[in-house]
Amino acid sequence: MSTAFPMNNKGLLRPLNLRQRTILLIILMSLLVITILTSSLYMDSELLSTNFGSKNLAPSLEHPFGTDWMGRDMLARTLAGLGLSIMVGIFASTISTLISVFLGLFSSMGKTADSIVSWLVDLFLSIPHLLLIILVSIGLGGGATGVIIGVGLTHWAGLTRVVRAEIKQIKTQDYIHISRNFGKSYVWVARKHILPHLIPKFMLGTILIFPHAILHEASVTFLGFGLSPHEPAIGIILSESMKYLSAGYWWLALFPGLSLLIVVLAVDILGENLGKLMDPKKAHE
Amino acid sequence: MKAESKKLAIFTTKKILKLICLMAVVSIASLWLVDQSPIDPVSIYIGAMSITPEQKAILEEYWGVNTPAHEKYLNWLGNVLKGDLGDSLIYRMPVSDVIKERFTASLALMASAWLLSGVLGFVLGIVAGMKNGTWVDKIIKTYCYILLATPTFWLALVMMLVFSVHLGWFPVGLGVPIGVAAEEVTVLDRLKHLILPAIALGLLGVAPIAMFTREKLIEVMSSDYVLFAKARGEKGFGLVLRHGVRNVALPAITLQFLGFSELFGGALLVEQVFSYPGLGRAAVEAGIRSDVPLLLGIVLISTLFVFVGNLIADIIYQFVDPRIRQQEMEA
Amino acid sequence: MKSEVMTNIIDGSGSEALLKVRDLSLSFFQYTSGLRQTELRIISNMNLEAYSGEVLAVVGSSGSGKSLLAHAILGILPSNSRLSGSMEYKGQSLTQEKKEELRGKEISLIPQSTTYLDPLMRISDQVTGSVEKKDKGLMRERQRDTFQRYNLRPDVGKMLPHELSGGMARRVLVSTALMSSAELIIADEPTPGLDERSLDETLRYFKDMAKKGCAVILITHDIEAALKISDRIAIFYAGTILEEARIEDFTNEGENLRHPYTRALWNALPQNRFQKMEGHQPMQDELNGGCVFFERCSIRTEDCSKDIPQLKRIGEGLVRCNNVS
Repeated sequence: MSTAFPMNNKGLLRPLNLRQRTILLIILMSLLVITILTSSLYMDSELLSTNFGSKNLAPSLEHPFGTDWMGRDMLARTLAGLGLSIMVGIFASTISTLISVFLGLFSSMGKTADSIVSWLVDLFLSIPHLLLIILVSIGLGGGATGVIIGVGLTHWAGLTRVVRAEIKQIKTQDYIHISRNFGKSYVWVARKHILPHLIPKFMLGTILIFPHAILHEASVTFLGFGLSPHEPAIGIILSESMKYLSAGYWWLALFPGLSLLIVVLAVDILGENLGKLMDPKKAHE
Repeated sequence: MKAESKKLAIFTTKKILKLICLMAVVSIASLWLVDQSPIDPVSIYIGAMSITPEQKAILEEYWGVNTPAHEKYLNWLGNVLKGDLGDSLIYRMPVSDVIKERFTASLALMASAWLLSGVLGFVLGIVAGMKNGTWVDKIIKTYCYILLATPTFWLALVMMLVFSVHLGWFPVGLGVPIGVAAEEVTVLDRLKHLILPAIALGLLGVAPIAMFTREKLIEVMSSDYVLFAKARGEKGFGLVLRHGVRNVALPAITLQFLGFSELFGGALLVEQVFSYPGLGRAAVEAGIRSDVPLLLGIVLISTLFVFVGNLIADIIYQFVDPRIRQQEMEA
Repeated sequence: MKSEVMTNIIDGSGSEALLKVRDLSLSFFQYTSGLRQTELRIISNMNLEAYSGEVLAVVGSSGSGKSLLAHAILGILPSNSRLSGSMEYKGQSLTQEKKEELRGKEISLIPQSTTYLDPLMRISDQVTGSVEKKDKGLMRERQRDTFQRYNLRPDVGKMLPHELSGGMARRVLVSTALMSSAELIIADEPTPGLDERSLDETLRYFKDMAKKGCAVILITHDIEAALKISDRIAIFYAGTILEEARIEDFTNEGENLRHPYTRALWNALPQNRFQKMEGHQPMQDELNGGCVFFERCSIRTEDCSKDIPQLKRIGEGLVRCNNVS
């Protein structure tokens, strides 16, 4: 009458169980994102060159996403834009994570530190995100740096809250008290005992911030405060497409936006499933 | 009752102090950020025009290029305390007038989108939660995931492509018809220009509220009291209505009020796509053309807007929910 | 085969039971870290019979899954559970559809705490339950009568659950069972932490219900409370029933009791020998296929560790032990 036995799957034809499905989704989504990133990095720059012989072509086999008013292939532009978005997203979400690591650990050092952090979180949540990114962008004179720092500076609040709660829970554990009683410093305890527990949380946190980061980057660029108009960013492509909407060149707007949606969705799914794998409680639906 | 009014007094004082502090920090930080900018507003203004050095000096004076930041801030603050937000450099009228006009337009947009997303999101969330695990639930969940991943401005673009350009049901952009005097613009005209942006903005707000409602309903439906209601023969939609909706509604409304920040951000983008003459579009203009007084005014008003949303959520939580009220009484 | 034998054993006692539970097993599916699925057994091969006009106590320690027995009978288990075995009500198979039809009408649950009341609904609306408009007046009247009987002031009906005192809450919960014409009442741990007087009062409610012809199943961890009002007591241990004995068998040194665990329980009571029992009840993952009481048993033999002993009838009671006759 032993209980707690694992479920066996017999044969390949049986439907996958939740664990297998989750792992499969994680692999597929990672592959998709990596493929897009590498193809944009190693893209032939020829593809982005202007060719006035093939202006404003609707989607065809040769140009699946059509061409723009300068005859550039929209698929190539979109891929390049996605690559750029992913890069900006990676930088920005890393910055956000670093800020929340720092603030999270800082908040563990005492009551005053904790209230400073919670005040900062409140403060950053009380201005509309987009407006704040615009302000930071203006302050840094626009461009990639402005947008990366702007996005990075606005996405740490959620993760910091999670980390603060987590640290409060870890701090009640006995070994923390013992270490403190042995005269170890706050910094030592934070580094040796608290940080290692949080690393998985931070990694997952970065992945979960990422989709928001690229969406905000594209938005800010679209409004004209982000990446420069010379870059093939998705926000630029879409803002340019607005001029040609009434001319009926729908493909200029449809495909680049849809591609961005797919990338964001892929990373969302990736994060969601990693989270499930780490915390099985979430899978109990 | 006495405890109640004392709590109210403490609550109010705290919130007012918090608001003052918040406004001060936000305005200083915004002004500092804008002042850091390497972008020269005068050369943007001049553009391709050729002007004499004297004219340039006048313009620099007008834009306040050479005034130190702290001096600018103190001047600005002094005027604000007198109730004067300054004059907009690009619209050449008082900032308060610009904001009044633009905010009214934005408010109409945001309020209709807010209601739309709230009602639609709540209903979808309840349906998904009720049908948890079935294909209905899966469709609603997938729909929400896709919405969450959709760039706001792109959805607005696509809607404009389909409904304005292709089907011609709605005008392409602008809050009022071009070439019509302001007093001749009818309510119907305004409405026509409002519908599409409001739907675009509202649709995007559906996802968070639907997901939250769904999860909360599932939680409620697996609670002891729903179990007991089931044990007493209640079932189906009646059960969800009697116990589920009752217990989910308050948290969902609270969440909807906490979403003012996202709502404003979304309005900024949607207004830009539809050329809707709201506060968001003014913010973008002010940002691009370095209209510092207007930008500061907009930052403050939007901060106040978000603050009010959070405040209402707090009031619901602390004063309306009977469970919280009771807990505090006992404490 | 097995269940046929079982039927014969249990049907040995004359009149027909209102509810028969045969070979009931209940397990849960869970995901552990890394999303590996596991199955957790809570109840195994459980047998029960409830007779009209009698109080049957199911006694077991807290957290051993007794409440889930009530939920299984009412068909309100969570979706990640798996139930096997059979149940009969009035001689008819008690399927999920049947449970849904009967619950709240012929079968009533008295839950253990105020968490079973909707926190945002007035008490009177909860006690009357969901009723059609035309019956509303009638139910209101019945609710007022019931409140009067249980010494609840009329204004209690206007309160929300968190405003009730402990005693009021218990009486409100008990009164919910009287709103319908229930024939089977399942009371799930209705007496936690009560003082002597309130305990007796609460127990009297159940005895009264049985006297009116209801079958009452009292699920409790408190054997003393069970002894006060029950007609029969079933001992629930590690997910199954070790013994079912009539109340008369609990006398003297417990020499009429059949199972060593029941005897030990009896002798552990302060008014008896006040003898402490060694060891602890095994967790589900500590069971190894033999008798669940093997580790603590004083009369065990080698065979006991191999298979779970069958439930057999000895005199008026049932026992799951190889070494008694």
